[in-house]
Amino acid sequence: MKGTILNIQRFSVHDGPNIRTTVFLKGCPLRCEWCHNPESLKHQKEIMWDKSSCVFCMKCIEVCPCHAITFDSGLIITNYEQCEHCGDCSLYCQNSARQLVGKDFTVDDLVKEVLKDKIIFQQSGGGVTFSGGEPLAQIDFLHESMKSLKEHDIHIAIDTSGYTPYDCFERIIGLTDLFLYDIKMSDDVKHQRYTGVSNKPIIDNLMRLSKEKVDIILRLPILEGINDTDQDINGILKIADKACISHISILPYHSIGQHKYPKLGLVYRYDSFKTPSQDNLEKIKNIFDKNGYKTQIGG
Amino acid sequence: MRGSTKRTRKLREISITSQPKISLERASILTDTYKRHMGVVETPVLRALSFKNYLEKRSLYLGEDELIVGEKGDDCQTAPTFPELCCHTVEDLDVMDKRQYISFKVSPEDKRRHQEEIIPYWHDKSMRFKILKNMTNDWKDCYEAGIFTEFMEQRAPGHTVADDKFYKKGFLDFKKDIEEAISQLDFLNDPEALNKRTQLEAMMISCEAIIAYGKRYADLARAKAESEIEPLRKKELLWIASNCDVVPANKPETFAQAVQMYWFVHIGVTTELNTWDAFSPGRLDQYLYPFYKKGISEGTLNREAAQEILECLWIKFNNQPAPPKVGITLKESATYTDFANINTGGLDPYTGEDGVNQLSYIILDVMDEMKLLQPSSNVQISKKTPKEFLLRAVEISGKGWGQPAFYNTEELMQELINAGKSLEDAMFGGASGCVETGAHGREAYILTGYFNMPKVLELALNDGFDQQTQKQLGLRLPYGREFNTFEDVVIAFKLQMKHFIDIKIKGNNMIERLFGEHMPATFLSVITEDCIKRGKDYNAGGARYNTRYIQGVGIGNVADSLSAIKFNVFDKKRFAMDELLTAASKNFKGYDLIRKIVSKDTPKYGNDDDYADDLMILAFNVFYDVINNRPTVYGGTYRIDMLPTTCHVYFGSVTGATVNGRLAYQPLPDGISPEKGADINGPTAVIKSAAKMNHRITGGTLLNQRFSPSIVTMEKGLEHLSAYIRAYFEMQGHHIQFNVFDQKLLIEAQKNPEDYTNLIVRVAGYSDHFNNLDRALQDEIINRTEQTFRSML
Repeated sequence: MKGTILNIQRFSVHDGPNIRTTVFLKGCPLRCEWCHNPESLKHQKEIMWDKSSCVFCMKCIEVCPCHAITFDSGLIITNYEQCEHCGDCSLYCQNSARQLVGKDFTVDDLVKEVLKDKIIFQQSGGGVTFSGGEPLAQIDFLHESMKSLKEHDIHIAIDTSGYTPYDCFERIIGLTDLFLYDIKMSDDVKHQRYTGVSNKPIIDNLMRLSKEKVDIILRLPILEGINDTDQDINGILKIADKACISHISILPYHSIGQHKYPKLGLVYRYDSFKTPSQDNLEKIKNIFDKNGYKTQIGG
Repeated sequence: MRGSTKRTRKLREISITSQPKISLERASILTDTYKRHMGVVETPVLRALSFKNYLEKRSLYLGEDELIVGEKGDDCQTAPTFPELCCHTVEDLDVMDKRQYISFKVSPEDKRRHQEEIIPYWHDKSMRFKILKNMTNDWKDCYEAGIFTEFMEQRAPGHTVADDKFYKKGFLDFKKDIEEAISQLDFLNDPEALNKRTQLEAMMISCEAIIAYGKRYADLARAKAESEIEPLRKKELLWIASNCDVVPANKPETFAQAVQMYWFVHIGVTTELNTWDAFSPGRLDQYLYPFYKKGISEGTLNREAAQEILECLWIKFNNQPAPPKVGITLKESATYTDFANINTGGLDPYTGEDGVNQLSYIILDVMDEMKLLQPSSNVQISKKTPKEFLLRAVEISGKGWGQPAFYNTEELMQELINAGKSLEDAMFGGASGCVETGAHGREAYILTGYFNMPKVLELALNDGFDQQTQKQLGLRLPYGREFNTFEDVVIAFKLQMKHFIDIKIKGNNMIERLFGEHMPATFLSVITEDCIKRGKDYNAGGARYNTRYIQGVGIGNVADSLSAIKFNVFDKKRFAMDELLTAASKNFKGYDLIRKIVSKDTPKYGNDDDYADDLMILAFNVFYDVINNRPTVYGGTYRIDMLPTTCHVYFGSVTGATVNGRLAYQPLPDGISPEKGADINGPTAVIKSAAKMNHRITGGTLLNQRFSPSIVTMEKGLEHLSAYIRAYFEMQGHHIQFNVFDQKLLIEAQKNPEDYTNLIVRVAGYSDHFNNLDRALQDEIINRTEQTFRSML
C-alpha cells in the first residue's frame, strides 16, 4: 500500500506539543480560499512551475518521456493526462523552475522516516503529527502507518479538518494521542462559501469524537473581517462548550502561501485576506480565556 | 556597561576599549639573558633563566581598582614578543601596526629597538628559522599550496590545561618535590640521570621565578598602599599584598588567593613561551568550590564578592590578546582570541557524581554579565546534569554571541579512555582550545596543523597536479577522467591522503625534535604530571600522556563531492566523469545544469540520508586510518580532531571548484558542519548525520548550528533547544554551539559596522567581534544555514 506524501517536516514545533515530525498527506476535500498549502489540495502529484525563474530552455519538453509538456503562447503547459510524474523535467530544469510535488511512500518507508527522529521525540516529549491536506482522506494508509508507529511507542497527533465519514475516526481513535481539530467558522453559509463544503459533518464528528477518551485541541484559523467578529467567536464558543473542549489554538492567517498559486496554475482569489492585528488576536484570546479555555496564539 | 559592580564595569570598559599593542620588554630581557648564558649553561637552564629574568626584571602593572593582578605585558592588551620562536621582520611589525584586522600597535621606538637589538641576534637562531631551514621542498610546496598548516611555525606547543594541583600545593612545595626527585636520581644505572638533573634544576629555577614574581607584586601593592589616600583602596591594596604573600609560594587559603594563584600560573605559562591556546584553568568550578564553600561557611565571602572576583579574572583573560601572528598562521587563526577555555559543570572528578555546584551557576552569571570574548566559556553536560543548569546555559547561549558552547561529558571521558587514559585521569578531562579533548594537568596534547581534506580529493581527481600553484604536489596516478568505478576514486583519495599525511608527519617529526632540544618549557613542566617524576620536559615527552593532533577540515565538502560522483556518474549515469570534472575545472561556467544537479538533486551530508552520510564516514575513515596511532618522536601517538578555527575560509581560498557544486575559492564548511545550504532537512537531521561519525575515536569535533532568534523567544524554545542538545549527546556527539541571529541583522552589520561595534558571533570554537572578521569570514557566517523551528504555516 502506498500513500501520497507532500512533505515530511522534521523539527516542527507548531503542530502539536514539543519537537515533532509532521507528515503532510496530499489531498483535501476542502477548498479553503486562503489555503496556504494549495499544493496539498489535489491527491495526485503535480508540477509547480515558476514562470519567473524559467529561462525557457525547453529542456523539460525534450526530456519528458511521456511527451506531456508543450510550449504554448509563452507558457510551458503540462498535460496531466499524459504525465506520469517521473520528475525528469524537474531534475533537468537548470533554474529549478519546475518542481514535482508529491511522493509515493510505502508504510514501511514512511515509518522508517518518522523513526529517524525518535531519539529527539524521547528527549523532548514530541512525536509525529499527520497533517495535510486532510490526513484522513488516505485513511487506509494512515491507519496502517499509525499501527506501525504505535508499535514503536510514538506519540501521534492528527491535524484534521474533520470533514470525513465518522468511520474513519473510529478506525484511528485508539491509536491517536491528540487531535488538532480545525474549526473554520460556525456559520454554515459562510463555511460553504469559503471552503466549498458544509460544516455540518465537521461539527457532528467533533461532537461524537468529544465523547471518546481522547485529547482534542481546537484550531481556529482567524482571518480579519472574515471570521473574527464577535458573532463568529460566539458561534465557536458554543461549539467548544458543547464538545467540552479545554484547549484552543488561534492561528492567525498569513499570506506566505500566496506565491504558490500561480505556480500551480491557480488563481489566488482573495488578495484582500488580512492577518488580524495583534490587538484583535489578544481580544479573541481573552474571550476564550475568560470562558475557561486554555488558549494560545499560534500552533 | 556590563559588570555586576562599579569596579568590574570600569575594568571591563578599559579591557574592551584598549588598543592591542606590542611590547618589546620581554624580547629585550630575553636577548640579554641569551647573550650572557648561551653556551655557558645547558639549554633547560638557559630557558629557566630567561623566564626568571623576565619575571624578576619586567615592569609590573597594577591598575586602579584591580583585585587580581598580573599581565603578560607591561599594560593590559599588550602582547610581548617571542623572538626565540619567531623573529618578526620590520615589515611584519609594520603590517601588524597598520593592518585593518587584528592589528597591534608598535611604537617607533620599539620598531627601532627591534631592528637594532632583536633582529641581529635572533634572525638566524629563532625556531621559525630552524624549522624552515629543515623542511623539505615537498613540505614547503604543500604548505604554500594550502594542503596543511603548521602550528609551531610561529608559536610553541601548548594546548594544555591545569588540574587542581596548584590549589593544593604552592611552588615551595613543588620545589621540595623537585629536590626529592633529584635526590632519587641513579647516576650508576640511569644513563639519562645527568639530563634529568639539568632538567630538574631548571624546573627549580622556574619555581623560584614565579615565587619572585608573586613577591614583587606583594611589595608593589604594599608600596602603593602606602601612598594611597583613599582608605578603602588602601585596604584593598594591603589585601592584594597579603594574597601575594601567600601565593604562588604557598598553596592558597582563600577563594581570592585561589583565583590569584591560577592567574600567576597563567601568566607564567604564557610568558615562558607563547603556547598555542594560551593556558586554561580546566574545571574551574570544581577546583574553586572548596574555597568558596569555606569562605561562605566562615562568613568571609558571599556570593556577590565571589562573582566580583571571578569577573576580575574574566577581565584578566580578556586583557591578553593572542600573540601577534602573520602570514598563513594568521589566516588559519585570524583573531585576537587566545582560546583559553573554561569547563563548567560536568561530573565531580573525585566522586563521579553531578559536578554542578553553586559556583557553576555563578560562573554562568559571570559569563552572561561580562559577555567577553575571552575566556571562551563552555559547559559540560552529562546525563546527571540538572535540567535547570542546562536551561540557564541555553538561555545565555540563546542571546546569540556563541557562549557557552556545549560539551558532552560522558563522550569526553570515553574519548580519553579510548585513547588509553586511566579512568581517574579521564575524570579530570575536559575540552580546551576550540573543542580538543585532554586529560588536564597530565597530558601534552599538541595540535600540529589543519589539514585540507577537499584539496586532497581535488588532487586525487587531477593526477596529483595542483592547478592553483601549477605544481605536481601529489602522486602521479591515473587522471580522474579514467576512473571506471567509484572504487577507483576512493583508492586515489586514499593514496593521495597517505602521501600528504606522510609529508606532514615528516615535518612534524623534525619540529617536535627541534622543540624538544631547543625549547624546553621548564615552568609548564612543574605543573604537568609526571614531568618531575620522569625528570623530563613537557616538550620532550615528560607528560604522563603525549598526543599530537592533525585537524581535518572540510569533511562535509568531501562527503558531498564523493556523493556527487558516486550518485550521478556511477549510479544514475546522468553524466560522465569527464563532463563533471570539466564543469568543475571551469568553475561550472556554462555548466549550469550539472551544477544544479550536483547541488540540488544529489544526496548530501547533513540530511540524515545514509547514502551521503556513509560517504562522510568513508572520508572520515580514510583520514583516521592514515593518522591514528602513528608514533610521535617522544613516545606519544597521533590522533585526529575535526575543527577549523578560521582555516576553512583560508583553505577554501586555495581550493578550486569542487564537484559538489561549491564554486572556486569559496569557504569550506566549518568543523563537521554540512556544506552551506546542503542541509535542508532541519537541525535534527543535521545532528543525526553528524552523530554517524565516530566521535569517540577522535580528540574532538566541532558542530556549529545557526538558529533564528525565534527559537529562544517562543514559548518552550529553551526547552526545545535543551532537548535538542540532549538528543545529540545521547547519540554520542562531542560538541555543539549556536549562533542565534537574523541573517538580515548580520548583513546590516556588514554594511554599517560602526553601528554594530558590540556584535559578537560564534566563529568556530570561539566567539569574536563581527567587525574583527575579514569580509570572507563575515560572508561565510552570513551564509551558514539558518535553522528555525519549522512549520508550513
